[in-house]
Amino acid sequence: MGTIIDIAFQSLAYASVLYLISVGLSVTLGLMGFVNLAHGVFAMAGGYLAAVAVTGAGLPWPAMLVLSPLLVAAFAALLERALFSRLYGRSELDQVLFCIGLIFVASAVTRLLFGPMLRPMPLPPALSQQMQLGPFSFYAYKLLVIGVGGLTAAAILLGLERTRIGSMVRAAVENRGMAESVGLRTSVLFTATFAFGGALGALGGMLGADLFGLNPAYAFDVLVYVQIVVAVAGLGTLRGSFLAALLIGAVQTLSAYYVPALGTAVLFLAVFLLLLVRPRGLFGRL
Amino acid sequence: MTQGGFRDALRRKHRFRPVETLPAVALLAVPLLGTDYYALGTQVAISVVFALSLDLLVGYAGIVTLGHALFFGLGAYATGIASVHGWGEPLSGLLLGTAVAAASGAVLGVIVLRTAKFTLLMLTLSAVFLAGEVANKASWLTGGVDGLVGVSTWPLLGRFEFDLFGQVGYAYASAVLVLVWLGMRWLVHAPFGQSVMAIRDNPGRAAAIGVPVLARLVLVYAVSAGLAGLAGGLQAEINQFVGLKDIGFELSATVLVMLALGGAGRLYGAIIGPVAYQVAQDLLSKDNPVLWQLWLGVLIVVVVLFAPGGILGIADRITGKAARRTARRMRPQVRT
Amino acid sequence: MNVIVPRRSVLGLLAAPALASLPRRAAAAEPVKVGLVLTMSGPFASSGEIMANAAKLYLATEGRSVLGDQRVELIIRDDGGTNPDTAKRLVQELVVRDRVQYLGGFQWTPNANAVAPLLNQAKVPCVLMNASGASTTRLSPWFARTAFTHWQINEPLGRWAGGTKGYRRAGVLVTDFAPGQDAEAAFTRGFVETGGEVVAMAKMPIQSPNFVPFLLRAKEARPDVLFAFHPGGVQTSTFMKACAEAGLKEAGIQLIGPGDLTSDEELPNIGRAALGVITAGQYSMVADRPANARFVAAWKAAYGLAPLRPNYMAAGAWDGMHAICGAIAATAGKPDAAAAMRAIAGFATEDSPRGPISLDPATRDIVQNVYIREVRMVGDEPGNVEFATIPAVRDPWKAMNPA
Repeated sequence: MGTIIDIAFQSLAYASVLYLISVGLSVTLGLMGFVNLAHGVFAMAGGYLAAVAVTGAGLPWPAMLVLSPLLVAAFAALLERALFSRLYGRSELDQVLFCIGLIFVASAVTRLLFGPMLRPMPLPPALSQQMQLGPFSFYAYKLLVIGVGGLTAAAILLGLERTRIGSMVRAAVENRGMAESVGLRTSVLFTATFAFGGALGALGGMLGADLFGLNPAYAFDVLVYVQIVVAVAGLGTLRGSFLAALLIGAVQTLSAYYVPALGTAVLFLAVFLLLLVRPRGLFGRL
Repeated sequence: MTQGGFRDALRRKHRFRPVETLPAVALLAVPLLGTDYYALGTQVAISVVFALSLDLLVGYAGIVTLGHALFFGLGAYATGIASVHGWGEPLSGLLLGTAVAAASGAVLGVIVLRTAKFTLLMLTLSAVFLAGEVANKASWLTGGVDGLVGVSTWPLLGRFEFDLFGQVGYAYASAVLVLVWLGMRWLVHAPFGQSVMAIRDNPGRAAAIGVPVLARLVLVYAVSAGLAGLAGGLQAEINQFVGLKDIGFELSATVLVMLALGGAGRLYGAIIGPVAYQVAQDLLSKDNPVLWQLWLGVLIVVVVLFAPGGILGIADRITGKAARRTARRMRPQVRT
Repeated sequence: MNVIVPRRSVLGLLAAPALASLPRRAAAAEPVKVGLVLTMSGPFASSGEIMANAAKLYLATEGRSVLGDQRVELIIRDDGGTNPDTAKRLVQELVVRDRVQYLGGFQWTPNANAVAPLLNQAKVPCVLMNASGASTTRLSPWFARTAFTHWQINEPLGRWAGGTKGYRRAGVLVTDFAPGQDAEAAFTRGFVETGGEVVAMAKMPIQSPNFVPFLLRAKEARPDVLFAFHPGGVQTSTFMKACAEAGLKEAGIQLIGPGDLTSDEELPNIGRAALGVITAGQYSMVADRPANARFVAAWKAAYGLAPLRPNYMAAGAWDGMHAICGAIAATAGKPDAAAAMRAIAGFATEDSPRGPISLDPATRDIVQNVYIREVRMVGDEPGNVEFATIPAVRDPWKAMNPA
């Protein structure tokens, strides 16, 4: 029994990080039709910003939970205006290449600035300990990760359903032409959602630093998993990302526990088969 | 235009121009540099074969893939494993690598080419990761992370030993490259190549005029996979080693970058790209791999934003051909 | 000299005058070229940088008294990780284009294995400063090793755990590649021969986003001791944190392993999670030896202790350059490969940072002490504190598999 709880807990924590990092990509893909392979760069930026601020400037870790996404959002907005916006509507080849180039630059700059080593992310002592909940004990940090992931997901889903911006985003995702013809200024909307996606990526990147290990190849390390979440969820769905992240988290954790000999082959095979049966992903509509 | 005039125009477009002998001249020039550059020259020749195979897919058929190293690796492992188990004859080894990769390409093509765009990208990506993981786990066959050791290639044609200076390896790779290039040149000008380009430009219209779209795409996928396998087999024979890198995502991305730097959709793009990339890498990355990565990244971004046609695109503009191309800037124009 | 690390231009400034002073004294003598094949890019770039730093440091400090007026030019090439074909091409170029007289470096056994046929053709002595596959030195008479082998470290650790310490049940968790398999076989042999039993064994992928499930699985078998092998590099601290999170300590399971697990340069990153872990290794930065004190002080002066620190790889490169410089001095810098190889194979010193070491002239492999260490706080930082010594260990694999 304890083992099942342990595994479920691990899966949830992993899924939360995956969700946070990938939901931004889901938005860009659905909204702008842009395959942003470089989305992991925002996660890396968020992680490094937090690590540097905590170790270098002595800022408290919880403050960076807010500051880091804000700064990265500004950075993402800038990038979107300056670079990404030029590539909407270009061929996939151009988009893919552009992203590869961006990842190269980001990882080289990171290494030049912070060295090749893993960057430690010191956590508050209260978080890096086991917490007793009834008969079970959990790693406090991962409880927080699950909490943040769950809250974000709830906020996004509610926000989409209930707010004006939410309905604008949904309208633009589902039918951009129609949204524009009824007077929606999509270019502003694009920048805003891109920045929002970047912020979530930064949050995920900061929380995931403990899991993936913050290093100059971070953007590359998370790339594959993030792409997979989006592909499994399907394009043009924001709710799907949450379920897809849960699914991927569970598959990864379960296969590591029960069939460690097979490694990540289980995950890739599952994704491959799923995409064959449902090329649009589990929840895709486009 | 009359029918005869059209035929003449086609013939003019496809006739062999003197400038096209430049790559062959370059190949012959390497030995003049002494024995120092055979290793680099060989590596470049193999990359060019690989890039040509990718060009067929990306440039001519419009299928963007992130997993082309799958076929390179399959060819390399097939050739290498045969050699480890006692068959190191180079020419038949190459054929084996090509055949295995082409067959896998046909099977995979039937499966994945029903999808398009992002899904296709993800499928090719998963496929290459899956293959890498299988190669990793099947260490009894492939050597896993440690790589396939014990590959030993017999003398070429029973006479020429693969030596330390890499002279034989270079001559062998160059010969294969010239043959592949001539074959590709013929293929893209043949009706088959023209119909593939028609599909790329407008699948609906191609289908409407009676081109069997899926079958053509699967065929071109298999041919491209076979050529990638040929490049892989060539590398396995000359380096006498196969590793997980040869079947990985990184290599898939690298070859895509090389091709795009040269200019996708054009035979010479697939030649100039790898040459420029590897010579630059040889000059720049040795002393400082980090700066090399930085400048490469910047270069890719700049090329995509401002020179989508790659090096050849820039050359075109300089020679004043830009006007004819601007109309279709979004898609790489086809010319040899 | 190729200075690789742009960020530490300070280091270049520090090291350059030291090296530049040599040529002026010996303007007539051609520099002897030494080619090092190391991983300077990719996820394992930090370990390559550490080895390059140590090699340069040796030349700039103690090497000067060994070499006298003889100049040495270090040529460092990047193999980017386990890329035997790249390593092969680099060695080919180093030999043919750069005409190096000595080769060295090599973090990766597969890379070293791949160049063996080239060495046999080129006849260039090659010192393995980190590659640790036991059989590699058999592949060419031009190989010598100043690193270690996984058998040399892990068999004694198994004997210590089963014999001295008297653990009965062990879990074994290794990464799935040749060094992991070597470590597993060596530890198991030492442990079983001293009366222990392996109750759980699992192999995990080298790169994994989450190690906890593997550890939970091993924990379920309720062993006394968990032997874990994870190669150095950035994922080590992720792995060690996962160990802490899986609650091994709370379950009363002692974590042990080879020194890679608590490598000196990663210890500050791992932090308190590493406390109490017991490892076997040939080098510790906090080891109490005069030669080590000199070595660490020189490192501190040249590079500081952040972000990179001297570790067992640095010791391998330092001693490797010592062996090469000794051979250069013995042959007066002349390109006499056979004499140079004899000099390297006879290398011995009482005064290495890791204590007395020597090469066995018959196998050209290293004979060295294996220390059992525990991670304890040294000052305000965790360090590998040596508390038992198994003296002059030879590679047991070679004894088990006579050539």
